Amino acid sequence: MSLLGKLSIEAVPYHEPIIMVTLAVVAVVGVVIAMLITKHKQWGTLWFDWITSVDHKRLGIMYIVLAMIMLLRGFADAIMMRTQLAMATNGAPGYLPPEHYDQIFTAHGVIMIIFMAMPFMIGLMNIILPLQIGARDVAFPFLNNLSFWLTAGGAILVNVSLGLGEFAKTGWVAYPPLAGLEFSPGVGVDYYIWALQISGLGTLLTAVNFLVTVFKMRAPGMKLMQMPIFTWTCTWANILIAASFPILTAVLAMLTLDRYMDFHFFTNEAGGNSMMYINLFWAWGHPEVYILVLPAFGIFSEVISTFTAKRLFGYKSMVYASGAIAILGFIVWLHHFFTMGSSANVNAFFGIMTMVIAVPTGVKLFNWLFTMYRGRLILSVPVLWTLGFMVTFTIGGMTGVLLAIPGADYVLHNSLFLIAHFHNTIIGGAVFGYLAGFAFWFPKAMGFKLDEKTGKAAFWCWQIGFLLAFMPLYVLGFLGMTRRLNHTDNPDWNIWLYIAAFGAFVIAIGIFFQLLQLFVSFKNKEKLNDTTGDPWNGHTLEWSTASPPQFYNFAKIPHIKDIDAWTDMKERGESYQRPENYAPIHMPKNTSAGVFMSMSFTLMGFALIWHIWWLAVVGLVAGIGVFIKRCYTSDVDYYVQVDEVERVEATHLSANTVGGRS
Amino acid sequence: MSIRNLFTLIVAGAGLTLAGCSGGVLDPKGQVGMDEKNLIILCTILMLIVVVPVIFLTLYFAWKYRASRDFEIYTPKWAHSTKIEAVVWSIPILIVVSLSVITWRSTHALDPYAPLEGQGEHLTVEVVSLNWKWLFIYPEQGIATVNELVFPANKPVAFKITSESTMNSFFIPQLGSQIYSMAGMETKLHLIADEPGTYKGISSNYSGAGFTGMKFNAIATPTEDDFEAWVASVKQSQTSLTSGAYEQLAEPSENNPVTYFSKVDDGLFHNIVMKYMKDHGSMDFYNKPENAAMGEHHAMPEMQHSHHQEDAQ
Repeated sequence: MSLLGKLSIEAVPYHEPIIMVTLAVVAVVGVVIAMLITKHKQWGTLWFDWITSVDHKRLGIMYIVLAMIMLLRGFADAIMMRTQLAMATNGAPGYLPPEHYDQIFTAHGVIMIIFMAMPFMIGLMNIILPLQIGARDVAFPFLNNLSFWLTAGGAILVNVSLGLGEFAKTGWVAYPPLAGLEFSPGVGVDYYIWALQISGLGTLLTAVNFLVTVFKMRAPGMKLMQMPIFTWTCTWANILIAASFPILTAVLAMLTLDRYMDFHFFTNEAGGNSMMYINLFWAWGHPEVYILVLPAFGIFSEVISTFTAKRLFGYKSMVYASGAIAILGFIVWLHHFFTMGSSANVNAFFGIMTMVIAVPTGVKLFNWLFTMYRGRLILSVPVLWTLGFMVTFTIGGMTGVLLAIPGADYVLHNSLFLIAHFHNTIIGGAVFGYLAGFAFWFPKAMGFKLDEKTGKAAFWCWQIGFLLAFMPLYVLGFLGMTRRLNHTDNPDWNIWLYIAAFGAFVIAIGIFFQLLQLFVSFKNKEKLNDTTGDPWNGHTLEWSTASPPQFYNFAKIPHIKDIDAWTDMKERGESYQRPENYAPIHMPKNTSAGVFMSMSFTLMGFALIWHIWWLAVVGLVAGIGVFIKRCYTSDVDYYVQVDEVERVEATHLSANTVGGRS
Repeated sequence: MSIRNLFTLIVAGAGLTLAGCSGGVLDPKGQVGMDEKNLIILCTILMLIVVVPVIFLTLYFAWKYRASRDFEIYTPKWAHSTKIEAVVWSIPILIVVSLSVITWRSTHALDPYAPLEGQGEHLTVEVVSLNWKWLFIYPEQGIATVNELVFPANKPVAFKITSESTMNSFFIPQLGSQIYSMAGMETKLHLIADEPGTYKGISSNYSGAGFTGMKFNAIATPTEDDFEAWVASVKQSQTSLTSGAYEQLAEPSENNPVTYFSKVDDGLFHNIVMKYMKDHGSMDFYNKPENAAMGEHHAMPEMQHSHHQEDAQ
């Protein structure tokens, strides 16, 4: 037994030019970034102000940076798949053999859902939610830092698999028996398991953290039914996370036992049953899509009501509709496998339950419509994303209901129609929502607005590219093309495959414009500066703070009397008032415990993947050791003194008194 | 711009697929597929009743209430209307209620496990998915084939489906429904071809490296005699599918050519379904002397259908 377990030099795929070039580029970019940090002497800032930060706003920014890097990785996978399928027609093999291609579509799914969409959503929630409820931080700031680093640890594992070994070749759902040891003896599925376990723990802790924050730390006077709508939808999502992620943890733990300790939960032989995995996976997997989309619904509500300069229509309906979606999301999982042979009664029940979700979703769409009604809509970038969403998502919802009808699903299941449907809802719903939220809250987080022109160009490329890339997939589904094919041999399909590949390149231009937008905006930072903290004349409390917010958020916690608390304060003339006196503010200290714990566990995961048992023990013991040390540390907080608070507040207030505010 | 693109694509897509030259699920050649196509069209139309107005109103309101049209009525505090709320809740509810009724009925009518009513006697074909090919066993004819499925048009076929290894989905898009093939379990599917022809068959559930090549032709012969003639030609084959030959066939292979077996060991399909059950028996419970007698009988056939507990209608 080698000290390095299964790991050897053979694990490096040096015979794969695509991978080696990618790794070289990543290495060069990494070295350049490291050199720039060294040149500008920023290592200290990076460590003390960011990596060890427990400030929810900074953690939020780090989540979004992670999401964007993972978007690039996941999108690179997407464009490789689309070019493969556009090239591998009429029986041609294309340039990606199944060995490589099967890893790419698995990685694409895992990365986009777990390491792009989730961090993006959690990042926005981190930055905004505490501000919206008038809190100075989350309930457990250290835990928040740990959660981020656990998510990052999972992402690191997925990306390490590119250069060491392989990733799973199972599809992102990793159904056994294919994902079992017999049919997937390599390390790919183990990368999948540990990446999801480690990041899943982070997500679960985030949900607990934010639930406690919302229930215990709202500003005085803010009733539950006065929480901003984004906070509400995040809360429903967090309830879903807390209820569903343990299922994922458990099902992956069982798959782990199957693969590592010769258990037989899901194997063919010895009484195992893969159907149990499939049920449990989707008992997490379906709520997961609502975890992604509910906060996006909240973002659209905030954007529409802010940019029409109106109250949100049907606030209560919105809250109850979100709750209905959250609860119903738990009793529809079987629609992912109507074709497993359940009885007509079972299939019909789950089909109808799925359709019922269309009711609260439809209500939400109508409520956004009536929020626009008799408003003064400014067609800003966030609004464009919202309008794009309302059109696109409606189509995705319709095809979703169609798939919920077992009789239709019997012919559309697993086809490209399904792929078109869920990209229609996840891109057209969740991703458009996050991008709307990104443009909307960027000035709040960074202190300056994003460039409009490049933002609009990015939107149109995404919107048109999306339609070109995915509408053909609906057609291909009807033409009988199933998912995860490596190559095709049907002349009728070719044109649609070409259009879809072209669409993916249009989306690539959209992504390019987004990067350009960031570059241009950073360059014109002075011109785009947001001195007021309230660039859009917002409704909710986050806009009462400076941009970027004071590190303690609120010098004096406001008293809440209305849903649109900030609008209410502005109307009463209570905004930008200097309180009679300030009190010292109790704040948490930054800590390196989170990053050390998480990296220890990531190391453990890596060691387990390669069967390096001694290193796994080292990682586990180190992680627990850091945690115990942290538990016995009493120097975890400090007070911001009154004079510092006065100084910081004076800057913010002077920017918003006569002369400062236009 | 975007909306125009969208509609062009939808119209183009619908035009091409509905033209009937496509060979996909909107070009069905059997009763089951026909019913499913009609179901898809009916439900789509029902949903368009909500979808079209929502898309239209989104664009219309965005245009009408844009900030530059400051002569429009502006009601910044208007945020509730019981009337509107009642309407926006009841329209989706009405649509979903009608869809639910359709769903309940169609799901029972299209139950893949239910034999096709009024179509007479079914031909039985046993289907086994192997890495990465399809094995078709004809128990009544005593023959078997790989990657070619032949049956008479206008005669319903009862498929019994299982898997040797990983999960696949048995699917002939132009004939209708698909069903998973799973090891250690038997699933069922009933299909019919109303027209003679050659239809593409696939696995529609990813099962590993050779999955793309798991294709077969499903050939519906014009008459029963043609089918019998084909059976006779298969019987000319030199190879027979003994359990030893089956073990060999089960080895992973890709893009298998069509193969005929003139004879099949009795109960091969049953043994494939049951092989994991037997393993299970020999591992624990049945090994104890006091239970040994129950061994063989205890691998209950019901267990195969544990996921289909209610009787098909």
